[in-house]
Amino acid sequence: MRDGPENETTTDERHSSRVAFEVNGDRRELTLDNRTTLLDALREHLGLTGAKKGCDHGQCGSCTVLLDGRRAKSCLVFTVTVDGRSVVTVEGLAGPDDLSPLQAAFVAHDAFQCGYCTPGQLCSARGMLDEVARGWPSAVTDDLDSPPELTDAEIRERMAGNLCRCAAYPHIVAAIRETATAP
Amino acid sequence: MSTGAVGRAHPRLEGREKVTGTARYAVEYPVDGVTYGWAVPAAVVRGRITRVDTDEALASPGVLAVLHHGNAPRLAQGPERELWLLQEPAAHYRGQFVAVVVATSLEAAREGARLVRIDYDAGPHSTVLAADHPGLYKPEHVNPSYPTDTAEGDFDAGYAAAPVRVDVTYRTPAYHNNPMEPHATTAQWHDGRLVVHDSNQGPVAVQATLAELFELPQESVRVITEHVGGGFGSKGYTKAAVVLAALAARHVDRPVKLALTRQQLFGPIGYRTPTIQRVRLAADAHGRLTAICHDAISQTSTIREFAEQTAVYTRSMYAAPHRRTTHRLVRLDVPTPFWMRAPGECPGAYALESAMDELAIAVGVDPVELRIRNDAQVDPDQGEPFTSRNLVACLREGAQRFGWTGRDPTPRARRDGRWLIGTGVAGSSYPARARPSSAAATARPDGTFLVRIDATDIGTGARTALWQVAADALGVPPERVEIRIGDSDLPVAPLAGGSMGTASWSWAVIRACEALRGKLREGASPDTEVSAEADTTDEVGGQPTRPRYAYGAQFVEVRVDADTGEVRVNRLLGVFAAGRVVNPTTARSQLIGGMTMGLSMALHEEGLLDERYGDWVNHDLATYHITGCADVEAVEAYWLDERDDELNPAGVKGIGEIGIVGTAAAVASAVHHATGVRIRDLPIRLDKLIGVSGLA
Repeated sequence: MRDGPENETTTDERHSSRVAFEVNGDRRELTLDNRTTLLDALREHLGLTGAKKGCDHGQCGSCTVLLDGRRAKSCLVFTVTVDGRSVVTVEGLAGPDDLSPLQAAFVAHDAFQCGYCTPGQLCSARGMLDEVARGWPSAVTDDLDSPPELTDAEIRERMAGNLCRCAAYPHIVAAIRETATAP
Repeated sequence: MSTGAVGRAHPRLEGREKVTGTARYAVEYPVDGVTYGWAVPAAVVRGRITRVDTDEALASPGVLAVLHHGNAPRLAQGPERELWLLQEPAAHYRGQFVAVVVATSLEAAREGARLVRIDYDAGPHSTVLAADHPGLYKPEHVNPSYPTDTAEGDFDAGYAAAPVRVDVTYRTPAYHNNPMEPHATTAQWHDGRLVVHDSNQGPVAVQATLAELFELPQESVRVITEHVGGGFGSKGYTKAAVVLAALAARHVDRPVKLALTRQQLFGPIGYRTPTIQRVRLAADAHGRLTAICHDAISQTSTIREFAEQTAVYTRSMYAAPHRRTTHRLVRLDVPTPFWMRAPGECPGAYALESAMDELAIAVGVDPVELRIRNDAQVDPDQGEPFTSRNLVACLREGAQRFGWTGRDPTPRARRDGRWLIGTGVAGSSYPARARPSSAAATARPDGTFLVRIDATDIGTGARTALWQVAADALGVPPERVEIRIGDSDLPVAPLAGGSMGTASWSWAVIRACEALRGKLREGASPDTEVSAEADTTDEVGGQPTRPRYAYGAQFVEVRVDADTGEVRVNRLLGVFAAGRVVNPTTARSQLIGGMTMGLSMALHEEGLLDERYGDWVNHDLATYHITGCADVEAVEAYWLDERDDELNPAGVKGIGEIGIVGTAAAVASAVHHATGVRIRDLPIRLDKLIGVSGLA
């Protein structure tokens, strides 16, 4: 039984847009409801369910992806705004043959339990390490004149936007530290 | 002939899937023709629904249906009133689900939910727990089936006669489980058969309740629970999401994905009840307890009685000739509280272990030594010897690792610049239970083995632990064993909860593997598949009742900013005695996770009730604070090599909950040691500390 069988279309043309963007190196083109967030576009339209929906309000970090190389909470991004841009999700972190060093370190250090925040942690860590390489300071950086040193306190502060209710934090920090200091 | 798999550190089997994003959770399976459900919560505390106007919602593009009490498929009225959803024109608490919108997209479903208009005839309400609430009553038992009150000796006389007395009242707020994955379900009906991919801690119970509600034979319901994004008790039983998804899918005759929003996790899925706990301790001049009384008050809803067993912890923890525990409950117009990591033990230990710290100060005995002096090798409650009790060993090893010896007990004696430094300790215990389970083991012609059991891995590492157990029981290298869990088509097994998953499941896995080896020894040909099943119902039921508990001791160092009252935890260290540890890798993670949730309970989490609405003001992760990465500086978990042959074949006690049990008390005692300020109502917010004169 359906109350509105003729009501199949989600939206009419006035409320949808054609968006073309790159996801994990592949060009994707979609016609989407203008309300569709990047997170929902990935999960519901592209079958990329690695990015997780933990709160849908940018409060937990589970949906973190890399947008033009920088970490972004995909639940706070409307897909229509990423036209022509580049997105990397957890599905795009591994190399063609094997896990990235960061992914391998997460497994080796048991840097997760339930795994639901993990894709966001990984993308966030990837983006964070790049921020450090660019010399961006954090709230706990004392010396603003020199390149920041990646201490545990810096990692903890910079990863504070990604919640983990299983509280794998010490292992997340260890995995990131190992990856960052690997030769 | 063990191959030594048990006890060896091993990365979790599904690690690769979890770090590549290929591990699928409940609403991540590709489904043709899928639609989206969005739950609509009641906007009043209590009242009758007088009108549901769905016109605007149904006119919204993409909306297929609005289900409510007037049109939803009928459900049998099972024993669980909470699950009798969309069946009556009533709201029993604010946030209770009273409608579901189904649409062709998430966006359309959310918009449709916004457009549903519901009128209520709201009634008067009572939403605030108070020690003098006129509705307080004595429940028949407390969760799950403990006696409500206990008494031995003569507490009043024993207390009055003692030279040292402590009489203190502690309060804990509502705590919300907040697993990172919300309660979520994909529901599909095929030829009268219901298949759900659901996020829960126990598919067997979900299968049974769905069969009951929809009046189906149990085999017509399949529950798949491959990966679960945390539960912490909140997914320990069938909850609203799966029922609403199944109702919606039947109504629109299409598959439905329904995930609760983060905001909807604050209430309708359960939470840890607020508590008010009065603890009275009496001791002789050497600190030996002579009288213990723990009176606990908590709340439940008007539609279901959930009685948190807050004072049960006190019954078996420390010995004294005169003891009394009581529980009183009040039915409020609020959502029904439910399990949250160590229900009962966790808030109860906060009160008792804090009171022990206050007693240590009153009597002038070191708090580690005080606990050692009051250790009991015979359960004060049951009168029988514990199968093993290594609380004292945990305290001693923890004290040594932490560097406790020589601690100056004087509050505010240590200072480092603007930081006041303090240390605290607490004991912990948690019951080591097991429930009946079944499992199956198969030998394949290629020399590999398949072990099947409907266990659930909610992040505990159960999949990996059972694989290790199976390898040892089969006497083969683990690489030759495949483990399959998380599907109600597999042999029936109990839930992941109460720290009894591994004990219960491994028991059945070992017996099934033994039975398979027996068949192979007797000549069954491995040229074809050979299988054996086991069911431990008789064996578990026939086990002598003995007091079985895991123990632990948590040590904490905090620093408190003398100017702002900010509390930081420098170090959190726990030593545990929990039987055999199957996988040190995942065990350490669980214990660290439990302790960190205790830190969170002590310092960060607090459900703030708006009594006008019977709902929590802070119902999202921006305003309800849980411990984040920057809050956790050093957490260490250790365990003793403990052997207890009176537990279960694997010799395990369970580790999912013991980590949280005493942690909040240890943090609160450390804050007192640092500042001289005793906060008896959690969480320890900075405004409670700076409000005290002379902190700086």
